[in-house]
Amino acid sequence: MDRSAMAAMLRDMLLARAFEEQAAQEYAQGNVAGFLHLYPGEEAVAVGVLHAAEPGDYVVSTYREHVHAIVRGVPPRRVMAEIFGKKDGISGGMGGSMHLFDRERRFLGGYAIVGETFPIAIGAAYAVAYRQLPEAVICFFGDGAVNQGTFHESLNMAALWKLPVLFVCENNHYQIGTEIHRHSAVVEVHKRACGYGIPAEKVDGMDVLTVHAATRRALERVRAGDGPQFLECETYRYRGHSMADPGSYRPAVEVNAFVGNDPIAAAIRHAEAHYPSAEELRCAGPDCVHRFAEHCCAEGHLDPTAVERLRQEVSAIVQDAAAFARQSPTPDLADVQAAFLLNRRFETLMEDPQ
Amino acid sequence: MSELLYWQALNRAMDAEMAADETVFTLGEDVGLYGGTYRVTEGLMAKYGEWRVRDTPISENSFTGLGIGAALTGLRPVVEIMTVNFALLAMDALVNMAAKIPFMSGGQFPLPLVVRMPGGVARQLGAQHSQRLEQMLMNVPGLRMVVPATPQDAYWQLRQAIRSDEPIIVLEHELLYFSKGPVDETAVAPAMHQALLRREGSALTCIAYSRMVTLALEAADALAEAGITMEVIDLRSLSPMDWQTCQRSVEKTHRLLIVEEDCRFAGAGAEMVATLQERCFYLLDAPIQRVAGMDIPTPFNGAMEAASIPRSADIIAAARALTAAA
Repeated sequence: MDRSAMAAMLRDMLLARAFEEQAAQEYAQGNVAGFLHLYPGEEAVAVGVLHAAEPGDYVVSTYREHVHAIVRGVPPRRVMAEIFGKKDGISGGMGGSMHLFDRERRFLGGYAIVGETFPIAIGAAYAVAYRQLPEAVICFFGDGAVNQGTFHESLNMAALWKLPVLFVCENNHYQIGTEIHRHSAVVEVHKRACGYGIPAEKVDGMDVLTVHAATRRALERVRAGDGPQFLECETYRYRGHSMADPGSYRPAVEVNAFVGNDPIAAAIRHAEAHYPSAEELRCAGPDCVHRFAEHCCAEGHLDPTAVERLRQEVSAIVQDAAAFARQSPTPDLADVQAAFLLNRRFETLMEDPQ
Repeated sequence: MSELLYWQALNRAMDAEMAADETVFTLGEDVGLYGGTYRVTEGLMAKYGEWRVRDTPISENSFTGLGIGAALTGLRPVVEIMTVNFALLAMDALVNMAAKIPFMSGGQFPLPLVVRMPGGVARQLGAQHSQRLEQMLMNVPGLRMVVPATPQDAYWQLRQAIRSDEPIIVLEHELLYFSKGPVDETAVAPAMHQALLRREGSALTCIAYSRMVTLALEAADALAEAGITMEVIDLRSLSPMDWQTCQRSVEKTHRLLIVEEDCRFAGAGAEMVATLQERCFYLLDAPIQRVAGMDIPTPFNGAMEAASIPRSADIIAAARALTAAA
């Protein structure tokens, strides 16, 4: 893999972690109300998958979607302001934490009723196939969603019409507070896809490079017209289901085991370990050693100092996002009406409107 | 101008919009090869191919949701749900998604989705297949709903719905598909949610929608012979409602009768009574009356079924009582 791509992934993972920790802090301080579902622990999935996607692809996500949005390129300021319910939020404060949308970046939304991402994703994929475009749709969902009817209905239609969609299961082992062995007869989620003849793969969702490589392979098949693909990423959330949930139903030994396998720490290890191999140096040519070393320094992400710089960078971004959200105005009822009526602006509903 | 059946008018509207705009497509159970349960999509698959006329599995929630996903990404889907009874399985798609996505996105996403489905009591289909669910959908901000009573309105309102950028329910009626009427495909349509005066009168106003308009007009004929002239308003839309047209009529007649096939308790008519008494209380010479469906699941027995929903005799009796009051 190209080193700058790796640095970009590491940066996004660090940004994701810092952003969510900041959101938790804002919630604790009373700046954020309502439900707040945080992502720490699962960063390797969003980053690995979305870094393998193209700008023309569509992304459909759940209520735990801040990180999907940010990695997709939605400005952290606009995401934080939306979580605050402010006017400068990406949806003007009308959606909130669980309903981030960004038309420009083809981010088709966060859906907060479990299982809704499936029909939205196959609809977008239907539109892509209808227009015979090379785009793909990425559909995120959790292990809890696979017991909804929409999972089965939508996988059936996706396979039936060979729709260009990649189903990505973020299997964090828990549907809210119920562990997977207590909610699913078949706990190997990827095997469920076999019922519809959809190629499925299970990967270590704590390892960003593995997720990234698997996503690339799957998206290549999608774009080749092979129809839907399925990726199960085994991961873990370090926090409770939402900020309202202390997560006390999970044994400490389990939490600690996954924290010990922190995807960010793993990504840093990968980065640090990846000095040019003898093979790469040979390929670079006899006079390239110096140039290659210079390049690495210029990209500057493969030593602890560079990692620390990245940490500082993302911390500044997150601080800026929080400050932006705090000072953003509160929307008023005129803004509410405007958002509600915007899409009928070219229509006359009655001759004699009141 | 030609005489068309209601289903033919819908078919012509579909054909016209599909010919004019290649982003328009339809999907639903048996809409393709079979030609539509009520023939509305007849001939369209042969003409436009299977990607534009898509037969779906029996998965109402997901194929309605598929329509939403396609609408978010630039297509203009017309989802056919075979009858409103099956729309109960698609309530998440309709209520949680279609009605809310445009708003929750701060208006970023238009949602040019049409969901067509017939409702109402047909002939001895049993309680599960003889429902009126308009009141459930009326209570969902973000959904619009039209209820064409004539082939002409079916033609106009379906075309308007397809061109709208908002999610719209076109609520048809199983007993109207084979009713006949003139359809002018070139005339300028009235606004989509405009109520229309179908018959002038001075003794009382009758507001009706969908199949009940036909019954109200029959009743008005009979009442006229007895010297009672009943004004009949075809509401044409249940969300939003054209209060202005209703109020203008009440200003003239001072008496109001609402006829609905919907169940009486918390039915569509309840909203009409509530709002129109707020607007017209001091204009009224008598309390607003309703003729409505009985608050029971529809009986299978044919005679009992017929007795459970308004008949023209019921409208005549109610109109007589209302005009006899002080």
